[in-house]
Amino acid sequence: MASGKDKFGRPLVVVTGLGVVTSLGAGKTDNWAKLTAGESGIRTITRFPTDGLRTRIAGTIDFLDPQPCAASYSERFANLAAEEAVAQSGIGAQGDFPGPLFLAVAPIEMEWPQRFELSARAGANEKITYADLLRVSTQFPSYHERFLFGSVADHLAEKFGTRGTPISLSTACASGATAIQLGVEAIRRGETDAALCIGTDGSINPEAVVRFSLLSALSTQNDAPHKAARPFSKTRDGFVMAEGAGALVLESYDSAKARGAKILGVLEGCGEMTDAFHRTRSSPDGKPIIGCMNVALKDAGLTADDIDYVNAHGTSTPENDKMEYLGCANVFGERMKTLPISSNKSMIGHTLSAAGAVEAVFSILTLQNQRMPPTINYDTPDPGIPLDVVPNTARDAKLKHVISNSFGFGGQNVSLIMGLEPAA
Amino acid sequence: MAEGVREVWITGVGIVSCLGEGADAHWQKLNEGKIVTDTTAFAPFIVHPLAPINFDAQISKKEQRQMENWQRIGTYAAGLALDSAGVKGQKDILSRIDMIVAAGGGERDLNVDSTILTGTPHAANPAAFLNERLMSDLRPTLFLAQLSNLLAGNISISHGVTGSSRTFMGEESAGVDAVRIAYSRIAAGQSDIALVGGAHNGERPDLLMLYEFAGLSLKDKFEPVWERAGKGFALGSLGAFLVIEGRDHAEARGAKPLAKLTAVVSDRANRKPGTIATSLAGLWDKIKDKVRGGTAVLSGATGANPATAEERAFFADHSDLAVRATGSYLGHGLEPQFVMNLALATVALSHGSLFPPCDSSGLEKPMSGTLDQVLVTGVGHWRGEGLALVEKVG
Repeated sequence: MASGKDKFGRPLVVVTGLGVVTSLGAGKTDNWAKLTAGESGIRTITRFPTDGLRTRIAGTIDFLDPQPCAASYSERFANLAAEEAVAQSGIGAQGDFPGPLFLAVAPIEMEWPQRFELSARAGANEKITYADLLRVSTQFPSYHERFLFGSVADHLAEKFGTRGTPISLSTACASGATAIQLGVEAIRRGETDAALCIGTDGSINPEAVVRFSLLSALSTQNDAPHKAARPFSKTRDGFVMAEGAGALVLESYDSAKARGAKILGVLEGCGEMTDAFHRTRSSPDGKPIIGCMNVALKDAGLTADDIDYVNAHGTSTPENDKMEYLGCANVFGERMKTLPISSNKSMIGHTLSAAGAVEAVFSILTLQNQRMPPTINYDTPDPGIPLDVVPNTARDAKLKHVISNSFGFGGQNVSLIMGLEPAA
Repeated sequence: MAEGVREVWITGVGIVSCLGEGADAHWQKLNEGKIVTDTTAFAPFIVHPLAPINFDAQISKKEQRQMENWQRIGTYAAGLALDSAGVKGQKDILSRIDMIVAAGGGERDLNVDSTILTGTPHAANPAAFLNERLMSDLRPTLFLAQLSNLLAGNISISHGVTGSSRTFMGEESAGVDAVRIAYSRIAAGQSDIALVGGAHNGERPDLLMLYEFAGLSLKDKFEPVWERAGKGFALGSLGAFLVIEGRDHAEARGAKPLAKLTAVVSDRANRKPGTIATSLAGLWDKIKDKVRGGTAVLSGATGANPATAEERAFFADHSDLAVRATGSYLGHGLEPQFVMNLALATVALSHGSLFPPCDSSGLEKPMSGTLDQVLVTGVGHWRGEGLALVEKVG
């Protein structure tokens, strides 16, 4: 195994750099300390007025400079996380990363402040339409680049000097995990020895909150923000939107060893399976979720019995947590009664496009520290989903292999399996 | 770049645009040289409107109601591609198809936007007014018609494609890299069969605005791509999907190849002067050994400079290649443009010939002799350069 190839003769993919920023703070040290202390980063939204909104809480990142739009927030967070990951890895040189960039990023769009700006410039007196905005568009040349879907990834590619075309991708709430999967596949194909995989999301703005709110997806526990995200508990009432970014430097084992890099963990397997049942709901039989985890196990060359901990998707919506329980109960059988499963989202909220990457970073930290972050706010267990959610307090454990789940709108399911460096 | 050890065939093509739907309609219209534009709906801007399409033929009415037009266009084209490959309804194969969709975002509700823009200057509390209007006026399901990955989601629901689903964003390069990754995975044995493509609704003022920020939405007078001197592009409504698969996989299920895909390469120039030419030259070096003659070019040139000017300079160094910019006929569809050109290359190869030039600037020349290979270019209007080679089988 330590030959640099996995059980299937493919290049072994390892992690040599990690970076993260969430509402809990910037950097691994701060995040890990707060995550294992069971602190919540959820707060009342102060970035914009929330009059008339059903949900007025989120996991916003308020300790950095304000930005004009989600694209700029996403770029800022991704930059921070990537700087940390690349620095830790020590790979390449400043501005010269020897591999491609895979970026999970929220879809980019112009927002209301810019529309109002154009509208004011158009100076129309009565009804304002897009024809009015179009008349003055050329007066705002910088908005072209800013609101192109590829702009965030392009700016990161320029800064970090990644190779080839940067790929911006979305698989909704599984995006961060897909970015990692693309990196794993590229290294296994032998196309590259390294990849920079990032998930980022900075889309807490009025319309984004309204959109999820209208789908009845969000918690409305506005009066006690810290207590709002309650994955797997009986009183869970929706997810809490949040911002963040996670970055991983993936590398072939041989490349990492050759340059004497410290191996933080191994990306052992990836699985995906699409659900064609409904745009926002899982197939009631759970087959795609079950299939997704089983594909990941197979890809890792492991069995369900090898998994020591589940880093849950655990959004805190009534539907997701029930389906994730059903899926896990099927895959892990009787063991699921005692197999620890916890949700980082109980503390950091749902970082959407970033979640898969942020939670992969936390999964590697969980392995490194042999300590499982808790599921906080677990005061009223749901008798329908009996699980060891590592309730409220972090716990040490002997962990060799963990699975991290990401499920998203549009039937997107991705599971990643991570482990420790094989013995030399 | 992984060199494909496994032959990759194109076994299905699904296309819709202003020229109609399907291979035959496109081939006929391209040979007639007829250009379809709408110069009035968004005057002074020019668009290439979608031909009348009976969406019912591929999408149930119930599902259509959940979609906006960009999703209908893409879901429809994907259905045509699956039909063409003979895999529609084949549950076993559909459950193994790896899908990569190149997508932007969906339509906005223009009336809601207009109401908010009109009312805000008169509102006592503008922020509260915005929140109230959004909460009460937005259709709850509109979000699902806007999310980039929900074109793929709709294809899964309507056609049962459930192997995997990934959505790439980022304008023209999203389309190039969607094909590159799907191709590389099949060539390396990571995947057997893929559905790859995208869709674009060009009849949208919000998109005209995005490109008009840079003064790139073509206005006042239509001209073919090479004659525009950098004035930009007329947006086109189009959808294009391919089914590609390993030769062994196709043969095992008795599928015939329409063409083979023998190279897909891409790169990113930072667009300082001359960098596009360097990028294209580098990509050409990777595939030139496969170029044997009987070769034409289907270019995704947009009409925006410096991209189009530097691409033109690249062709000047390869004057033996007959070039056609399909944007003159179809308009520019950003994400699906590259896949559309791969599809049209496949169609042209099946006829063994190229359609006539549409250019009085002297670049596009008639082609005589048989067509054996097509080089497809995709130079993004802002970023991203890509090349692919499609070849006749046998």
